[in-house]
Amino acid sequence: MVLFDPKGPIGEAERFLIIAAFVLMLIVVIPVFVMVFWFSLKYRASNRNAAYTPKWSYSAKIDLVVWLVPIAIVTALGYLAWTDTFRLDPYRPIDRDVKPVNIQVVSLDWNWLFIYPDHNIAVVNELVFPAGVPLSFRLTSDTVMTSFFIPQLGSQIYAMAGMQTRLHLLADEPGVYAGQNQEFSGRGYADMHFKAIATSREDFEAWVQKARQSSKKLDLARYEELEKPNVGHPVVYFSPVKSDLFDHIMRKYMGWMGDRGAIADMGKKTGPMSKQSGSGHGNTAALEAN
Amino acid sequence: MFGKLSVSAIPFDQPIVMGAVGGASVLALVILALITYYGKWPYLWKEWLTSVDHKRIGIMYIILALVMLLRGFSDAVLMRSQQALAAGASHGYLSPEHFNQIFSAHGSIMIVFMAMPFLVGLMNIVVPQQIGARDVAFPFLNSVSLWLTTAGALLVMVSLGVGEFSKTGWTGISPLFEKRYSPGTGVDYWLWAFQLAGAGSLMTSINFLVTILRMRAPGMTLMRMPMFVWTVFTTNVLMMLAFPVLTVALFLLTLDRYLGMHFFTNALGGNMMMYTNLFWIWGHPEVYIVILPAFGVFSEVVATFSGKRLFGYKSLVYATAAIMLLSFTVWLHHFFTMGAGPNVNTFFGITTMMIAVPTGVKVFDWLFTMYRGRVRFTTPMYWTLGFLTTFVIGGMTGVLMAEPPADYLVHNSLFLIAHFHNMLIPGALFGFFAGYAYWFPKAVGFRLDETWGKRAFWCWLIGFYLAFGPLYILGFMGMPRRMAHYANLAWHPYLIIAAGGAAVIMMGILFQMIQLAVSIKQRNATRDLTGDPWNGRTLEWATSSPPAVYNFAITPVVHEIDAFMDMKEKDVVFRKPDQYHDIYLPKNTAAGLINGVFAFLFGFAMVWYIWWLAVLCALGMLVTVIVRAADDDTDYKVSAAEVERIEHRRFQQSTAAAMNSPAGGRIAPEIVPQG
Repeated sequence: MVLFDPKGPIGEAERFLIIAAFVLMLIVVIPVFVMVFWFSLKYRASNRNAAYTPKWSYSAKIDLVVWLVPIAIVTALGYLAWTDTFRLDPYRPIDRDVKPVNIQVVSLDWNWLFIYPDHNIAVVNELVFPAGVPLSFRLTSDTVMTSFFIPQLGSQIYAMAGMQTRLHLLADEPGVYAGQNQEFSGRGYADMHFKAIATSREDFEAWVQKARQSSKKLDLARYEELEKPNVGHPVVYFSPVKSDLFDHIMRKYMGWMGDRGAIADMGKKTGPMSKQSGSGHGNTAALEAN
Repeated sequence: MFGKLSVSAIPFDQPIVMGAVGGASVLALVILALITYYGKWPYLWKEWLTSVDHKRIGIMYIILALVMLLRGFSDAVLMRSQQALAAGASHGYLSPEHFNQIFSAHGSIMIVFMAMPFLVGLMNIVVPQQIGARDVAFPFLNSVSLWLTTAGALLVMVSLGVGEFSKTGWTGISPLFEKRYSPGTGVDYWLWAFQLAGAGSLMTSINFLVTILRMRAPGMTLMRMPMFVWTVFTTNVLMMLAFPVLTVALFLLTLDRYLGMHFFTNALGGNMMMYTNLFWIWGHPEVYIVILPAFGVFSEVVATFSGKRLFGYKSLVYATAAIMLLSFTVWLHHFFTMGAGPNVNTFFGITTMMIAVPTGVKVFDWLFTMYRGRVRFTTPMYWTLGFLTTFVIGGMTGVLMAEPPADYLVHNSLFLIAHFHNMLIPGALFGFFAGYAYWFPKAVGFRLDETWGKRAFWCWLIGFYLAFGPLYILGFMGMPRRMAHYANLAWHPYLIIAAGGAAVIMMGILFQMIQLAVSIKQRNATRDLTGDPWNGRTLEWATSSPPAVYNFAITPVVHEIDAFMDMKEKDVVFRKPDQYHDIYLPKNTAAGLINGVFAFLFGFAMVWYIWWLAVLCALGMLVTVIVRAADDDTDYKVSAAEVERIEHRRFQQSTAAAMNSPAGGRIAPEIVPQG
């Protein structure tokens, strides 16, 4: 079960939360199981020796316990939800000494395009990144809604056209992990998966150099080819990449905004969201502009 | 002339689809032929199709639900077998196009055309009798609701053979359902089927709210209502408040798809997130709409078969009300991963968990109802015990997903599928089955066979665990929902087990069919002559089985929560009144059925852009309702003499039953409370 075998701090924290919540809830669930069997068998109609109180229908003590125990558990779970939702907010950068790798994710029908703006490369259907380095994702879609998910690294997040969402992940060790679309998106949905390859930092640099050797450059013409609906596109490396391709894809759906489209750019320029406010949430910016 | 409709709309090239269409058509033809052969059309028309009697309407709703259960379950079998086969290089026997329609149809049918008609059917049969009323507040409206729902169901069925059904899930996925990404007729079928059924549900809710608030027997204060009536009341509040949201969301989508507007499109200022919000503002309360009445059934069943008052009645009422209110505050948990900030996600995570509190209270109250009771293990009780154990597991996984960061992992995975089936199968369907077995003798006049009922129960319970246990594990293995095929071979064994589970459930359904056949065959031996086969506690058991058309010859007076048990203890049950009075009841009318036919044709015309027919049918509906509304002569009289004759016969029958059987006409007289 890959979710119980996480390879990064986000996945690990989320696994802990699942186990903690599970154990807490057993406090209620186990007694229910015991009582179902115990009560129904002990008070079966054929057992004439058991007590029978047909008019007894209330006990303040029992009433108090059955309200208070669930309330106590839910309070504990609620506290966990509160702290962990802030701690594990997908928009929150992962605190490490290393400079994060920026990756722009574009979901297409039915392929993934990964743009590395700092390295001037782009890849279809394969995500390569260094282990031990935080990954800072910006996501958008040039088609319907999709959800970007690498189960062993943790959180998923939706990608939506004309909007930008954010996600921060980190892999502790090199390895090849499954990545997939987790939101149904039509005919080619079942094939919309990719390999997420975590390498050592040196191997990553070598991979970047290799990708840069690509003879294919990703300009608008080639992007329009790529964007046409197709299933199971082979892995292709592009370099160089049109500098503002990601913004261009977002803006395709923001023309109606006129000048106000700039608001979305502003949202982006604030960079990694500040910890205190949720206003850095990309689609919130688009919403406000709406 | 026929809009987009042509012969090419029929998928002749798809053998599986054509097989299903052929099978369904042959079955329908056989049924129609049999009705004609036996000359039952006048009977069917007079006694059923045009009936406004709540008991008849209730039975027709349940027949609709059972038929749609078979259709929805066939879809489930196709999905489970496809996923059991389509591993690795194999793409199974269903194309993605077909598979996507199947899961969309399965969800749409099971929620809107199985669960909804089932619960509305049960409440139609039971609620007026439980509150001591002669019918619902608006009997004609009731008939309109029934035929609108049936029209919607028929649209879904027709989509099988003419055109296609939606490929965007039962929820509709924005912006995938927009014209640009889904140009076919599928989304339109889904849209109009939901609109028609939704309109029917909205009218039902108004009808039952008025019935419950205005038509209770004297002495039945709100806090003396049977628990089932309470749950139906809260469900109808939810229906009344939630369904209009769905109607509006679908209407906006209609504008998008038909007039090129862009409420939920990608471009031109459309906002797909808005649809997701609107849908779940209806969709989450909808979960409680189908579950709460089942909670009501369990409450009735557990009290009756424990021979004991319901434990913590007030707690249960407040818990039900709390669930009703909270159900409107949690919708965002369906999309924690859409990029909302931690403040928002935390809020909705915590409100979601809060629902577990009143739900937990209910579970304990049912348990303590058995405590110091005399538990009789009948089929309805089996369903209840199966529910109590299985449902808490679903509750646990639900609270788990209410933790937003946990949801970031399992959202849209098979874990989610397992979770909500774990809520809806034990929580709603088992409750409906319990109610079906419990009230069957009341509605029809004889009991269902216990042996086959229990066999069916075990198949359903074991099949459920086999089918959905693996799905929980697959969720943790990272398998997303709605996969037409998959490359990861590690998932394969679990999906084979799940398919086996579906097969076991299929045995359960088969046993339920056998149960019905066997019960009809031996009906003379299991006839319920007393009207009270289970030693019941609430007023519906005071009527005969099946009840006289007017339910109660004399309106009962209520002094206690368990009104009928109270009467039995005071020994005032079979006392003859000094005199009977004339009773006025609503006349049958074909208007509801005609309206439903127009509604179906309207939906069909809209799907295929046959504008003249759509306009004609819309006018037809309007005229039908106006003509019926202008009719002042809608009641008929059952004379006092007639009432006396019917009641006298019943009295003789039940006395004879009591004389002939050492059990005094009751199942287990030794456990009748000793006062």
